[in-house]
Amino acid sequence: MLVEELLAAVGWTQQASLTDAASLPVCLLCVSVGGHTTEIMRLMESLSAAYTPRHYVIADTDKMSEDKIVAFEKDRSPFTINRIPRSREVHQSWSSSVVSTLNALRYSLPLLFRLRPDMVLCNGPGTCVPLCIAGLLLGILGMKKVHIVYVESICRVQTLSLTGRILYLLSDYFFVQWCSLRDKYPKAIFLGRLV
Amino acid sequence: MKTVFVTVGTTRFDELIESVTSSEVAQVLKARGYERLVLQVGNGSFVPDAASCAHLSVQAYRFKESIAEDMRQADLVISHAGAGSCLEALGAGRPLLVVVNDKLMDNHQLELARQLHMDHHLLYCTCSTLTETLKNMDLSVLQPFPPGRPEHFANFLDKALGVK
Repeated sequence: MLVEELLAAVGWTQQASLTDAASLPVCLLCVSVGGHTTEIMRLMESLSAAYTPRHYVIADTDKMSEDKIVAFEKDRSPFTINRIPRSREVHQSWSSSVVSTLNALRYSLPLLFRLRPDMVLCNGPGTCVPLCIAGLLLGILGMKKVHIVYVESICRVQTLSLTGRILYLLSDYFFVQWCSLRDKYPKAIFLGRLV
Repeated sequence: MKTVFVTVGTTRFDELIESVTSSEVAQVLKARGYERLVLQVGNGSFVPDAASCAHLSVQAYRFKESIAEDMRQADLVISHAGAGSCLEALGAGRPLLVVVNDKLMDNHQLELARQLHMDHHLLYCTCSTLTETLKNMDLSVLQPFPPGRPEHFANFLDKALGVK
C-alpha cells in the first residue's frame, strides 16, 4: 500500500503534465566533460524558450564545461551554474563510489529543494544519479513533481551505461538513440539519433 | 596539399602516433597522394617533430581549443575510436578511418565505431593492420552521415510535458 502511494506520488502510475500551464518550465540540467556536454548542448539547442530558467549542474572537478555553457547560453536564457562533488571518477572502485555518491547527495538535496525544477535532464555522467534521486524525493515528499528525463549517449549502441541502467528504473522518460537498445529495454523511447 | 589529420582526442594513443609516422605508413600515404600529416597527440608520451617523416610534411601538437579547422582541411581523418572524434569528423563530412586500440580494457567506445562501420560511414582497423588498410582502402564506399534530429526530442518533450 505504502509503496503504491509512494509510486503514485512520483507519478509512476500516470504521467502528469505541468500543473500550472501559465508558468514556464524550470529546467535543471546535468552536464559533464567531453562528449556528455556536447550531447546535452545539442539537445538544449532544440528546446524552445519556454524551458527557462536553466540551472546547469556540473561536477566540481570539471573545468571545461562551464565555458561551453556560458558561451551557449549568452543572450539566450536566464541560467545559473551550480557545482556539486563528482559522484564517481572513471575507474573508481565500487565502495568508494557509494561514499562519493552519498556525499554528492548532501549537495543535491538542498540544491533541488531550493530550485524546485519541473524537470531534470541528464545524459550519462554518474553525477546525475544523486540529482535524480533528490528530484524523486521532492515528489515522494509531495513538494513538487520533478520529471526525470534521461537521454542515453549516442555511444551506447548495444549496452546501457551504468548510469543508464540505474536511471532506466528511476526516470519518467528514458531515451535511447539506437534501435538495438529499444529492443532490449522496452520502456525506452526511440526517436532515432538525436544528436 | 592533400592532408591527413590524425587525432587521439583527450586520451593518448602512442602506438597509433608511432605507426602513422613510421616509414612504412608514410610511404603508403605518399603513394596515395598525401603530402601533409597533421597530428593531434593529446596526452601521448611524445610529440613528433617536423623531421619525423622523410616523405611527408609533419605538424604535431597536443591540444587545441578547437580542431574544427584541422578537420575541415583534412582529405583523410585517422582517429581513435572515441565518439567525440568520430562524430566530429563525420559531422565535417571527412572520410574517416578509425584505428582501434586493442590494448584498452574498457572498450564500450567500440560499440559506436563498430555500428558506424557496419553502416558504411567509416573504415576500421588496428595499428597492426594500418599499413594494409591504407594501401587498399576505397573511400568511395563511405556513406554520408546525416546529422541527428534533436527536434524530435524537443517535440516529444513539449507534448509530454504540455508545454506550449
